[in-house]
Amino acid sequence: MIRNLGILVGLFFTGVLLYSFLMGAYTYLTEEHVETAEHMFHEHPKSLSQSSDGVFGKFDTAQLQRGYGVYKEVCSACHSLEHVAFRDLQAIGYNEAEVKAIAASFQVPAIDPETGEASTRDGLAADKFPAVYPNDVAARAANNNAVPPDLSLMTKARHNGPAYVYSLLTGYQNPPKKLAEEFPDSMPGTGLHYNPYFANLNLAMAPPITAEGQVSYADGTKASVDQMSKDVSAFLTWTAEPKMEKRKQTGLAVLAFLLIFTILAYLSYRNIWADKKH
Amino acid sequence: MSFPWASQYNPTNPAMKWIDERLPLPRLVYNAIGAGYPVPRNLNYFWNFGVLAGFALVVQIISGIILAMHYAPEATVAFNSTEHIMRDVNWGWMLRYMHANGASFFFIVIYIHIFRGLYFSSYKAPREMIWLLGMVIYLLAMATAFMGYVLPWGQMSFWGAKVITGLFSAIPLIGPTLQEWLLGGFAPDNAALNRFFSLHYLLPFVIAGVVILHVWALHIPGSSNPTGVEVKQESDTVPFHPYYTAKDGFGLGVYLVIFAAVMFFAPNFLGHADNYIAANPLSTPAHIVPEWYFWPFYAILRAFTFDFLFIPAKLLGVLAMFASILLLFFLPWLDRSPVRSGRYRPLFRPFFWVFVVVVLILGYCGGAPAEEPYVMISQLASAYYFAHFLIILPIISSIERPDPLPASITEAVLGKDGEEAPAAIDTIATTGGAATQPAE
Amino acid sequence: MTEAVSTDPQTVDADTQNEEGVRRRDFINVAAVSFAGVGGAAVLYPLITQMAPSADVLALASIEVDVSALEPGQAIKTIFRKQPLFIRNLTPKEIEEANAVDVASLREPQTLAERTAPGHENILITMGVCTHLGCVPLGAAQGEVKGEFDGYFCPCHGSHYDTAGRIRKGPAPTNLEVPAVEFLSDTVIKVG
Ligand code: HEM
Ligand code: FES
Repeated sequence: MIRNLGILVGLFFTGVLLYSFLMGAYTYLTEEHVETAEHMFHEHPKSLSQSSDGVFGKFDTAQLQRGYGVYKEVCSACHSLEHVAFRDLQAIGYNEAEVKAIAASFQVPAIDPETGEASTRDGLAADKFPAVYPNDVAARAANNNAVPPDLSLMTKARHNGPAYVYSLLTGYQNPPKKLAEEFPDSMPGTGLHYNPYFANLNLAMAPPITAEGQVSYADGTKASVDQMSKDVSAFLTWTAEPKMEKRKQTGLAVLAFLLIFTILAYLSYRNIWADKKH
Repeated sequence: MSFPWASQYNPTNPAMKWIDERLPLPRLVYNAIGAGYPVPRNLNYFWNFGVLAGFALVVQIISGIILAMHYAPEATVAFNSTEHIMRDVNWGWMLRYMHANGASFFFIVIYIHIFRGLYFSSYKAPREMIWLLGMVIYLLAMATAFMGYVLPWGQMSFWGAKVITGLFSAIPLIGPTLQEWLLGGFAPDNAALNRFFSLHYLLPFVIAGVVILHVWALHIPGSSNPTGVEVKQESDTVPFHPYYTAKDGFGLGVYLVIFAAVMFFAPNFLGHADNYIAANPLSTPAHIVPEWYFWPFYAILRAFTFDFLFIPAKLLGVLAMFASILLLFFLPWLDRSPVRSGRYRPLFRPFFWVFVVVVLILGYCGGAPAEEPYVMISQLASAYYFAHFLIILPIISSIERPDPLPASITEAVLGKDGEEAPAAIDTIATTGGAATQPAE
Repeated sequence: MTEAVSTDPQTVDADTQNEEGVRRRDFINVAAVSFAGVGGAAVLYPLITQMAPSADVLALASIEVDVSALEPGQAIKTIFRKQPLFIRNLTPKEIEEANAVDVASLREPQTLAERTAPGHENILITMGVCTHLGCVPLGAAQGEVKGEFDGYFCPCHGSHYDTAGRIRKGPAPTNLEVPAVEFLSDTVIKVG
């Protein structure tokens, strides 16, 4: 009974699927194959190696501080960092007084103690980086109808994130001739900028890092466009996962322990089964 | 239950004796996973995965209870509270990665466990109930994992909730109302998030209860084994403890090494980048897919692209997806071959391996974008999926000529006249378990 | 049965067989089980410390209060580390009362001077948290009962504090806690 019903159900689904396959294959073969601009021009991120890569990877605090400088001078005009608190910056090598000074250079929302009205005050170490715009509507209005996303998690929110950020920052270029010829609709419109590393090729952010020395580096590193882009993506790798270094160190200890345990468990297993054929 | 030669619980420790007389819990444990449970001596490593699944469930429950101490199920703060766990809670990053990757590993283990059952036909009489309870666990685990994935309230959480509840809207007449009822709104929001959290907390404990039933049912006929030949004599078995506790201990070590390697060094490999973007009801990610463990079913869902007769494609896809899971419940009655183990089923074996490959293909297509050629491949693979269970297995079971089976497990292990003389074993066995002393 | 791998045939008798491996002397087995035990214990550490205050809680900022508008005899209540903080401008009479007490007779001997900042003996800053079981004592807001010693009175179980916030009567064991205080100017105080 069950088997007879089963065979009927089976024949039904298999039949429908084969029918769909034939229909689909027919359309696929007869329909003209449309190539999309994204498909043709979108590029995977360039390869980027960072000191935090790999099992033994560690953050390079000097680089993170330079990267913070780039964020502060360039990106922070439009992008927030809402999951990061000023106190967190101690982890990248700033001391308490420096953290306080950095915090105080930002204005955070507050309530006027006299009138109870919304106002602002200097940031404190315990505060998080403040939002740049009061809300999405304001963000849109100020940015040609595009909301600059928060950057705290950017390198984890994109596939191959650090390399993506680096490639995007250094990837602005003039649209290729072929694009204009074959996909005139995909040419950057007003306020848009061509960048093959961006999923739909044209993004609303104007090239942010454009000139050598745009950010002054205290440690004497030459502030080339490439260097600044690398530094800020390192910084954003840290903001996305400040605990990465601790994670890898803990992982090594845990793995070492587990390997020894597993070897012991194996020997014990062999020992107990020694006289049992199986 | 159990075999007549099973060792009897006989506590020598006065405290254990005292407890056992008043509440025979020590006895229960002894008979369930101690020396009182005789187990076929020839189990291979695939038999480790039951214990591993239990372990993985415990890891989820412990890490989950802890996450729930820091997590806030409210749509405006849920995403931030997960980041709070990652950044500020002591060891929070580790507990979250343990839970998120633990869910994936739970499914890896369960899938191996299920495929073990499929190859060695562990679902056949007298073990149908074990199989049915296992399928209940699997369904509950899928529901739990789906709702858990909604909790961090990232983009994938939000759109996953929308799309999966959208499946129910395919049901004629009541569909749209049902979806609103499930979500408690027109789209996922606080109401949905809160009920998912409540159920996500509850269901694992229901699973634990069903696991107990599953193990209880297992202890009636005892474990099956790679030959599929039932236990006949004492020399076929060894006591669970210390033999299989030792083997499971080793298996657990290997499992933990792999788990730790992923959890500490590639914790986001099995996840999806979009879930690090806070939920945004106004923008769908370009490529939305569920967690990898749902991919084969997702591929089946998307394989239905054309209306058939009067049935819309959407409804067909939903029906097929549910059918592809539910048909597993009927497996014991679809495959009627008297032989259990795939080892002795020459006709079954190639079809089984085709099936394994088909499921892997479905998984791959389910994770790929809904474009050609993936859709066409999914259609062929899905067709085989249904045909395998509903047409091929029933037919094989009536036409196949199985290979000769060994007379017993002992014979399979030691050969017809194995060095380990069965007579000697039996005599020593009566003295209570020094059975293994004679030199081999 | 568990004696299966024992090297000593003497131990294989009816009694020991049932001890479920407790007597197993095999070093490697003991080592494996101990290792598992150590691992299990190590895992408890993160599982327990996760409940301790998280980094954001520990980092709660210090606060600054402006007391220029606080007249003698008045008090203000603000919030410090999620708990009430009492700031009281003592009148000369209250200061006198506090200094008149024989310190040795107190449950927690402390002078008013020890509980205030030098040069600002009239500004008494204490936590508004009863040291008994944590209720908020009365006496800071206008019109509230100040207790038998004219300072604060905790109605939960009847603790009386004097004008220096010291415990004088009732179940509370210690004086109201004085947090770290720094005068940034004559009227602006930094607490914490
Ligand atoms: C069968 C057992 C379980 C499975 C398969 C499971 C699965 C999941 C999954 C897939 C997530 C999303 C992970 C992420 O990407 O962040 C999650 C999150 C969560 N689960 Fe579970 N879970 C289980 C048991 C539990 C239990 C017993 C609890 C609580 C008592 C719990 C509490 C939570 C909480 C609070 C979250 C949100 C925090 C987060 O996303 O990291 N889970 N679960
Ligand atoms: S809490 Fe104040 S007297 Fe008990």
